[in-house]
Amino acid sequence: MSDTPRNPVPDPAVVREEMLKAYPAKTRKKREKQIVLNDPDAPPQIGANTRTIPGIITQRGCTYAGCRGVVIGPIYDIVHITHGPVGCGYYSWLTRRNLARPEEGQTNFMQYCMNTDMQEDEIIFGGEKKLAAAIREAYALFKPKAISIYATCPIGLIGDDIHTVARQAKEELGINVFAFSCEGYKGVSQSAGHHIANNGVFKNIVGLDDTPDSGEYRINILGEYNIGGDAFEIEELLRKCGITCTATLSGNVSYDQIARCHTADLNCVMCHRSINYMAEMMETKYGIPWIKVNFIGAESTAKSLRKIAAYFGDKALIDRVERVIAQEMLALKATVEEVRPRCEGKLAALFVGGSRAHHYQDLFKELGMQIVSAGYEFAHRDDYEGRDVLPTIKVDADSRNIEELDVEADPQRFKARRSPEQLEALQAGGFTFSDYEGMMREMDRRALVIDDISHHEMDQLIALYRPSIVCCGIKEKYIVEKMGVPCKQLHSYDYGGPYAVFTGAANFYREIDRMVNTRVWSMIMPPWQKQPELGARPVFTPKPRRSREEASPATRGRAVRPVPTETATTN
Amino acid sequence: MNPPTTATLSIPIAWQFQPGVPDAQPALGVAGEGRIASEAPIHEPRAATRNACKVCAPLGACVVFSGIENCVPFLHGSQGCATYIRRYLISHFREPVDIASSSFSEEDTVFGGARNLRLGLANVAGQYTPQAIGVATTCLAETIGEDVPRILAEHGAANSGGPELVPVSTPAYAGTHVDGFHRTVRRVVEHFATPTPPHAGINLLPGFVSPEDLRHLKELVAAFGLPCTLLPDYSDTLDGASWPEYQRVQPGGTPTRAIRRMSGARATLELGHTLLGSGADTAGRWLHQTHQVPRMPLALPIGLRETDAFMAALGELAESGCPDDIQRERGRLVDAMVDGHKYVFGKRAALFGDPDLVIGLCSFLDEIGVRPVLCASGTRQAAFEPAIREVLDHSEADDLQILTGADHARISEVAREVRPDLIFSSSKGYPLARELEVPLIRVGFPVHDRIGGQRLLHVGYRGAQRFFDLIVNTILERRQDRSETGYSYL
Ligand code: SF4
Ligand code: SF4
Repeated sequence: MSDTPRNPVPDPAVVREEMLKAYPAKTRKKREKQIVLNDPDAPPQIGANTRTIPGIITQRGCTYAGCRGVVIGPIYDIVHITHGPVGCGYYSWLTRRNLARPEEGQTNFMQYCMNTDMQEDEIIFGGEKKLAAAIREAYALFKPKAISIYATCPIGLIGDDIHTVARQAKEELGINVFAFSCEGYKGVSQSAGHHIANNGVFKNIVGLDDTPDSGEYRINILGEYNIGGDAFEIEELLRKCGITCTATLSGNVSYDQIARCHTADLNCVMCHRSINYMAEMMETKYGIPWIKVNFIGAESTAKSLRKIAAYFGDKALIDRVERVIAQEMLALKATVEEVRPRCEGKLAALFVGGSRAHHYQDLFKELGMQIVSAGYEFAHRDDYEGRDVLPTIKVDADSRNIEELDVEADPQRFKARRSPEQLEALQAGGFTFSDYEGMMREMDRRALVIDDISHHEMDQLIALYRPSIVCCGIKEKYIVEKMGVPCKQLHSYDYGGPYAVFTGAANFYREIDRMVNTRVWSMIMPPWQKQPELGARPVFTPKPRRSREEASPATRGRAVRPVPTETATTN
Repeated sequence: MNPPTTATLSIPIAWQFQPGVPDAQPALGVAGEGRIASEAPIHEPRAATRNACKVCAPLGACVVFSGIENCVPFLHGSQGCATYIRRYLISHFREPVDIASSSFSEEDTVFGGARNLRLGLANVAGQYTPQAIGVATTCLAETIGEDVPRILAEHGAANSGGPELVPVSTPAYAGTHVDGFHRTVRRVVEHFATPTPPHAGINLLPGFVSPEDLRHLKELVAAFGLPCTLLPDYSDTLDGASWPEYQRVQPGGTPTRAIRRMSGARATLELGHTLLGSGADTAGRWLHQTHQVPRMPLALPIGLRETDAFMAALGELAESGCPDDIQRERGRLVDAMVDGHKYVFGKRAALFGDPDLVIGLCSFLDEIGVRPVLCASGTRQAAFEPAIREVLDHSEADDLQILTGADHARISEVAREVRPDLIFSSSKGYPLARELEVPLIRVGFPVHDRIGGQRLLHVGYRGAQRFFDLIVNTILERRQDRSETGYSYL
């Protein structure tokens, strides 16, 4: 792109108006609130976590997807049974790339997709019997420690009592069986499913085993799903620092690890959106404080490690963490220095998830790239504006649908992890607990923040900014690329990764370098269409080929992007 | 840099039953291996479907609607189904797939989704200005009992000049993606076809094949000089070029004006062995009953004999012989079959996937001397087993197993007994192939672990030729890789 003259970055206010003006008044009114110009010092209020308007093609999935697919799916030794017709279960079969390395003696059930495959009769007469039989079959087959049941939309409607079936199965089989009422329509997006999953995991698994891990500095990583092996990298880094990770919720994690995760001394939250409920409930019940961390990007990783070390306040740990950071930064330096000149100044936009659109900005910044726009698929206002807006968030009918658990301090097991004096000292040093500042405070002034971006808005964004890269998910990937812009999937990582911590950052830098500098876009237009003087009828007159050696080194490896409005003049 | 993490993935191994293992044995397998022991075999019928070999009906509907020009598929129900189905289609086709949804909330499940549906239709019409919106129902809308045809009729009447609204009922609890596909083709034809004076064109209803198959079918029909309406035609919409300019809806697809005229065609060629029987309520039958268009039901033209039958039918309609080019293509195929026979003869194959694809491949394997030992489909169809037996002219193995309505777990159990040398299936067959250490030849849908699933050519002499070369070369590659000498004349 660097050799194509780029117009100055357009005025975000103009881009916003271009996006909005196509909408009918009512839709416009709603979208206006969801597209805002940023002010990092005082983030403006953004509309988020509201229903997608019917007929607007959205990135969002359903409550079931957030529950079974995202939060619980990665627990590798639970057998999951989707209660419903065949599709919902099939589509959530290994479609998320959470990897697992089961512990010695454990089995990995993640490659199995059990489903009650409801048929017409059962829809009419009820499917509880079939579900009970399916649970027995699953038990006979696998003898798992736990079986988890998920309701899909039709089940909610026919009123199968999955919780009673689960309770009876638990008594009958003597293993843990629990159910989630996570019907797709329950919430506005997968976010509702995260909440339901948090509640269920907290009620049914956390706290079942009081044996603490033997290691020192015990923490949990919450909201890390081990896509592309990120959790493996994080675990390895923590190990180097001498920090013990009791459980990662939920990535590369076993049922037993979750059962005892309340014995850790600190919860470190990666994806605030999907797991803050768990962090809060564990704090109330067991006294474990939580902090926000981010292991995406070298600087953020260093900052997060320092924060964990400061919390434990142990000189030996603090020193060891510094040594590890210095070592890792040194190893990374050559890659950054090599890649950065080829990426610097390019524009990027990110629309994904409930945390990644924020976290991944750091990696782009480390390459000197500018984030012109970003937004989440299913986050809430606090993920944009910071947790201080929590008291002002209106609870609508959809959120009211989701149970808020009544959690109290456990009379036996509640234990304040830090003394009031320690807390005071930490806070005096600028240490914050239970805090997430949100995405907007870390973005440029007047960057465009767009919640639940629609197809139409994405088109406008690409046409007006011509960014060098857009990050989103598989559903948008090919449409973005049809328009001549590379698209990095940040759900599945395009089957690449890991991208977490220092080692992952190097992978990501290289990946972005490859993507923003590919030459393929220069090949979209055949040569006879690039020459308007040839007249209206396209004639195939390929230019004499220059040999590789002749090609000017200056243009090699650079992408020349077609500019649609100019090239369309031939015919 | 660290070694790639994928190498450390725990190996997915399909379901492993060990009948008769006493209770005292530890039920858990070896770490990372995923082998499952069981105290006793579980008898049919099973309550649980384990790794299904079928997808849900609205997916088939969406594929059909995607193959109609300027048509946006729309699912009436919660948004998750649309999102999942988009995601799934995209992972196979690697193309944009837009499916709108009426995004039910909990309230709508109580009071009905008519309001959402109307709003959704208005929004799709406004954003995409499509010629048609194809509205398929999800299980949720069906369970509620939404009267979609009525809502669409009312909405259409109130918004004249808007897109055509085509309803189809596709509850997944009463059919798979294959059923959804055929039902939607029928509904589309019923909706659009209007009495038309007879014309020289033919109708071609190919079933759920790949975009490459569609392109080749069109080429073959054109070679006979026959004007043709292919329905659906997603050869461009689900396998398109890069866009020099932004497109609202992927260009391509069967034009609705052509569908209207299907009622005046000389004949309807309807492909798919399972549609041959009298029970199937197909579009071709409807055109015959309502508009007296002669129906020529044929199997999918996979392999030599079925392609011969297809060519003969085209020749009959065109009143001409088979064009020379195609005859030469046929000649090369037979010549290759002679050259490669020694490599493939007697090999045992397991095939599973959509019924008509399996039947077609089975017929082709029979021609080249490969013995199908396991033929399975996830879609339950009475016609499946007789069709398999019918096409197995030469090579019906004594231990041939035919399963219909099977899941991958059941298929894997049987495959372990019959020990195939080769597996033909979608990407979902990979764990089994890996476990049995035999090659997997990817066919049909979904193919999400290789590039080019949308360009797999199954039909015609050319498709047979490609498969034949692929099968032979796969066998040779194995043999060569495993030979001690690495001999390079084979
Ligand atoms: S509810 Fe029905 S239509 Fe929706 S994904 Fe599930 S099976 Fe498919
Ligand atoms: S039926 Fe409901 S749970 Fe299933 S995919 Fe659709 S929205 Fe999700």
